[in-house]
Amino acid sequence: MRHLEQLPPWAAIIVALFVVVGATLTLLGGVGLVRLKSFYQRLHAPTLGYSYGTLLIVLASMLMFSLTEGRAVVHELMIGVFIMITTPITMLMLGRAALRRDRDRKLGHDEDVPPRHHAVPPDDDPQGDA
Amino acid sequence: MTAEILRFALGYAQIALILALALACWRMLLGPRAQDRVLGLDTMYSIAMLLFLVIGMGNGNVFFFEGALVIAVLGFVTTVIAAKFLMRGEVIE
Amino acid sequence: MSRLVPHPVLSAVLVLMWLFLTAFTPGHLVLGTLIALGAGWTVEHLHPPRPVFRRWQAIPKLMAIVALDILRSNISVARVLVLGPDHPKYHSGFVQLTLRMRDPNAIAVLAIILTGTPGTAWIEFDQEEGRLLLHVLDLRSDDDWQSLIHDRYEALLLEIFE
Repeated sequence: MRHLEQLPPWAAIIVALFVVVGATLTLLGGVGLVRLKSFYQRLHAPTLGYSYGTLLIVLASMLMFSLTEGRAVVHELMIGVFIMITTPITMLMLGRAALRRDRDRKLGHDEDVPPRHHAVPPDDDPQGDA
Repeated sequence: MTAEILRFALGYAQIALILALALACWRMLLGPRAQDRVLGLDTMYSIAMLLFLVIGMGNGNVFFFEGALVIAVLGFVTTVIAAKFLMRGEVIE
Repeated sequence: MSRLVPHPVLSAVLVLMWLFLTAFTPGHLVLGTLIALGAGWTVEHLHPPRPVFRRWQAIPKLMAIVALDILRSNISVARVLVLGPDHPKYHSGFVQLTLRMRDPNAIAVLAIILTGTPGTAWIEFDQEEGRLLLHVLDLRSDDDWQSLIHDRYEALLLEIFE
């Protein structure tokens, strides 16, 4: 842990603050994942860790390695950009899959979801919207 | 002094992230329906990625970053395929 | 855009990414360039709708608004989670909106914004009627969300894309 002593105090305080806040946000997301009642509510919980949790920890890591290595270390940004691009895709697909499953009565219908707007009743809707 | 602050912050972050990992795992094991389990697994991937970043900061080792990137990519692919399977009942149409 | 480099921006970003992840050597530059060109040709064969930007100037404003909104909703969702889901002040539910936008790229950007913001989740979009189904964790009223999205994001996105 020798490298930790090389940081100037201002940077150490910023890095510590970012890491603590980011980890706390992610932990709150985990708490929400367990505490919230329905699936659609739980869909919101991990976004805390995905948005500012990831951003703060990536920024802290960038700042720390840039100062200890003496050059600009920016490859952590790749994780940030990757998470920014992929999170909406996974959340969207999960939300749509859940909606489709909740409209399908054969799978057991335990959440109230708004019906489709078309004249086609939800039961015999083989394709849905792709 | 600065090292103490950082060591405390990184230790706290590791404990918090492991706790979050346990909570997400709880949701994955318990989850009343399949979509809850997939959501729990997806969250576990993202938390494991953050945990790798924080451990890498604690060790001063840049190579944990690559592990984090691999976990992020795997998590994305896993979740997309699982969601597609939930939606259609098959992965490749 | 020429046949050789169909997507110059994408290819340039890929080369940069390759050089960040490896060390900067001439060999890696050549290899990264070849991979980026291959990716560009692959994307060209997928025929995505090309984004047409009418006003570049509004993009930084949109990004600033989104960063601020995500910060604010992080705080409000964290408060909901700390107070507990059974707190009487909060109730979640589905919201139906109608969008004026038709450009698929603008709609994709709106989907990224709304999904990235904690507290709102994009569930379903009906392309023909422009009808959008959202799930909101901390619901206040339907009109509120409709006007919020119309004035805050949709106006800017229309300005940028259409």
